[in-house]
Amino acid sequence: MDQNSLSTQTASERRNSSIGIRMTLLYLILYGGFVVLSVFRPGWMGAQAILGLNLAVAYGLGLIIVAVILALVYSQLCRIPRTGEALQDAHTSDRSFGEKGG
Amino acid sequence: MAIAVFVIFVAIVLIASSHTSQRAGSVGGYFVANRSVHWSVNGIAFAGGYLSVASFLGICGLISFFGFDGFLYSIGFLAGWIVALFVIAEPMKRMGTFTFPDALNRNYNHPGIQLAAGLSVLVVSLFYLVPQMVGAGVLVEPLLGIPHYWGVIMVGTVVILIVASGGMTSTTYVQFFNGGLLLVFATVLTGAVLLRGVNTADLPPQEGDVDLEPYTFEEVNVDISGDLPKVDLPHARIVDRHAKIDRYTGQETEVFYRMSRLVPAISDGEGGYTAELKGRTPHFVSPPEEHELWAVDYVEGRPFLRVEDWWRLVSGAEDADRLVETQFRAVLADGRVLVNGVPEGPTNRLRQVGGVAKLPDDYGGNTGTVGPIRLLSVFADESTLVNQPADISFTTDTDEDVTIYYHRPTTGAVFMRPGLMFPVEAQTGEPPVVTLLNRLNFISLMLALFLGTSALPHILIRYYTVPSADDARKSTVVGIIGIGVFYVLTMYLGLGAVASGALNPETSNMSAPLLARSFGEVLFAVISGIAFTTVLATVSGLIMAASGAVAHDFVGNLLHREISDNAKVLTGRIVAVVIGLIGIVLGIAFREMNVSFLVGWAFAVAASANLPALLLMLFWRKTTAVGIISSILVGIIASVGLILLSPDMWARYGLDPASAPMPLNQPGIVSIPLSFLTLVVVSLKTRGRAPA
Repeated sequence: MDQNSLSTQTASERRNSSIGIRMTLLYLILYGGFVVLSVFRPGWMGAQAILGLNLAVAYGLGLIIVAVILALVYSQLCRIPRTGEALQDAHTSDRSFGEKGG
Repeated sequence: MAIAVFVIFVAIVLIASSHTSQRAGSVGGYFVANRSVHWSVNGIAFAGGYLSVASFLGICGLISFFGFDGFLYSIGFLAGWIVALFVIAEPMKRMGTFTFPDALNRNYNHPGIQLAAGLSVLVVSLFYLVPQMVGAGVLVEPLLGIPHYWGVIMVGTVVILIVASGGMTSTTYVQFFNGGLLLVFATVLTGAVLLRGVNTADLPPQEGDVDLEPYTFEEVNVDISGDLPKVDLPHARIVDRHAKIDRYTGQETEVFYRMSRLVPAISDGEGGYTAELKGRTPHFVSPPEEHELWAVDYVEGRPFLRVEDWWRLVSGAEDADRLVETQFRAVLADGRVLVNGVPEGPTNRLRQVGGVAKLPDDYGGNTGTVGPIRLLSVFADESTLVNQPADISFTTDTDEDVTIYYHRPTTGAVFMRPGLMFPVEAQTGEPPVVTLLNRLNFISLMLALFLGTSALPHILIRYYTVPSADDARKSTVVGIIGIGVFYVLTMYLGLGAVASGALNPETSNMSAPLLARSFGEVLFAVISGIAFTTVLATVSGLIMAASGAVAHDFVGNLLHREISDNAKVLTGRIVAVVIGLIGIVLGIAFREMNVSFLVGWAFAVAASANLPALLLMLFWRKTTAVGIISSILVGIIASVGLILLSPDMWARYGLDPASAPMPLNQPGIVSIPLSFLTLVVVSLKTRGRAPA
C-alpha cells in the first residue's frame, strides 16, 4: 500500500471529519432514543408533548428538523478555516485520518 | 391530461439531454458529467434521485393507511443522510475518481475490491430498480388506462434514451428537474390541504371521469340474539357469516354478515333497468342471456334487484348492534368477478374510502383552514376518529374468494403513534417471542434505513459530478434540506389524503395522486406527471451507477488490461441499454410486487454489503483488501440469503410463513453486524500476509 496515499488530506479535512463523526454520534443517540421509545414504550409516544403534538409526532418531526440544522451547522463550521491550517498540513501527512477521526 | 403533462415533462428532459449529449462523448463527460455540476444543482439532483416512487407515492400511501408508522420511513430515509454528509461525502469525493469501488480501492490497488464492490453496485441497483419499474406500471394503469407493461416499457425506453445518450449529464438534469418539481408541488398540495382543513360531513367533490368517488356507507340495526340475525330492512335476510379470529386469544375480533336484500330498480319499459347500488345507478338488462347475476324480482308489482353483499357488525355498548355496509370484490368459482355483489364493470368499481368520522367537539365537524401544527394536533386528538381503511380476505363455502374492504374507526391518538403497521406493542395472548420478533424487525428496518442511504450506488456516484470535496459537502447539505422539507410534507399529503376520503381501498400507492384529484384535474395531471419523472430520475441514476460499475470496475479488471476511454464510454452505453432492458423485463415479471416492500430490502443489502467496507476503510487502519472483499461478499450473500429465507418470501412461495428458516423479515440487524465482523476478523487474519 502506498504510505502517502492519504497525504492529500489537510488538517481542515481531518477537522471536518472529526466534527462529522461527533455530529453523527449525537444524531445516532437521538435516533436510537426514538427507535427505543417507539419499540418499548409506544404508549409514551401517544402522550402530549409540545404545541398540542404528541411525543411521536414531535420527536419524529424534531429528528428531521435537527438533521437539517446539524447539516447547516456543519457546513458553517467547515467553512471557517482555522488559522495556521496551511502550515500544519505539511506535518500531518503521516497520520491516518482515521485515528484522528475516531 | 395526465399524459399530456407527462409528455411535456419528458420532452423537456429529452431536449435537455440532447443538448448535453455532445458533451457526453468523453469518459469524464459520460460517467461524471465532466465534474462540472454546480453544488446547488447537484444538491437538488440528490433530492430528485433519492426521492423515489417509494418515498413519494409509497410513504404518502402508508401514512394515509397506517398513520404515524408510514412516517417512520420518512424519518429513517432522512436520518441516513446524516451518515452520508458527515462521514461519507468528503472522503468519497477525495478518494475516488469515477465510482465508489474506485474510492474503496484507492489505498489497496487490488482488482478483487473493484470486482466485489462493482458486483454489489449491480446487485443493489437491480434490487432497487425492480420496484421503481413496477411502480411505473402501477401508475400507468389507472392514470392513462393502458396496461401495466406499457408503463414499464414506456419508462424503460425513455430512461435508456436519456442515459445512453447523455450519460451522467442528462441524468443530473432529470434528477434536478424532478427534485425541483417534487418540492414545489408537494408544497402546493400541502397548502391546499391546510386551506381545506378537516371536515366530517362533506367529502370534497371528485372532478373528472371519476371511478373512485367517495361514498357514505349505510348502517342498519340488527338483532343478533337469536339463531338467525334479524336485520331492520324489508326483504333482507342474513345468508352467511365470516369472523376474523385472533390467532392467540381465539376470540372473534371482526364479524361480517352476508345479507341478501332487494334494491329498488326502475324499469325503462324495454327490458332494461337501473338500480341504486352503493350510491350508483348501473344500467342492466334482466334476465341477461349470459348469467343470472342481475336477478330482478317483482314484489307487489315493483321491480327490485336482488343483491347479496357483506356488512360488518358493530357492537354497541348501550344502543343496539348495527351492521355497517362494506365494499367487497369476489371472484366466483367460475372466474367471474363481482364488485359489491354485481359484475365488475366500468360503472361498477370500488369506491374511494377514508375520511374523518369525528373531530374534537370545539370544531363542530369542520376545522376550516388550519395551520400546519394545528392539523397535526387535531389528528392526534383523543376524540378524533379516523376511518382507517382495512380489508380481510377469505374463501366462502361456495368457493368464492372474497376480499372485504371496510373502515376501521381508529382514534387519532392511536393513528398518530407507532403501532398500526409495525405491531411493536405486545398483544393480549401473544407469545413473548412474537413480540420480540416484531420489535427486532422494527429495529432492523430502522437500522438498515439509517446505514443504507449513504451506501446506495446511485447516491454515491453523485459525489463525483462536482469539482471538489467542498462541493460534495455543500451539495449534500442542499440535498438534506430539500429531502427534509419533502419528508415533512409527506405527513401532510398522507393525512390530507385520508381526511379527504381520497384512498383507493385496493392500493395505498394511489393516495397522493387521488388527493391531488380531489383538488381538480390540473393538479392531478401534474402530480401524476411528477410521479413518472420520479421514476425516470431514480431509474436513470441506478442505471448510470450500474453502467459505471461494469464499464469502469469490471471490464478492465476482468480483461487484465486498461481499456481505452472511447471503449469505456461505448461499454457504458451498451451496459445502460442492457440494464434498462433487464429492468423492463423484471418490472413486468414482478408486477404483483409491493413497491415499498423491495425498497426496504435494497437498503438492507446496500447497508450490509457496502457500508462496513466504506466505514472501516476510512476509520480502521488495519483494514486489508481481503477483509474488504470478504465483507462485501458476506454482506451481499447474508442479506440476500436472509431475505430469500424470510417469512415474507415464504408466503410468496406459497409456504407457511411460520415455518420459514429465518424468523425475521428484515435482515439488517443480522447481516450488517455480520459483515462488520467478517471485515474485522479477515483483516486481522490476513494482515501479516499482505502488509497494508
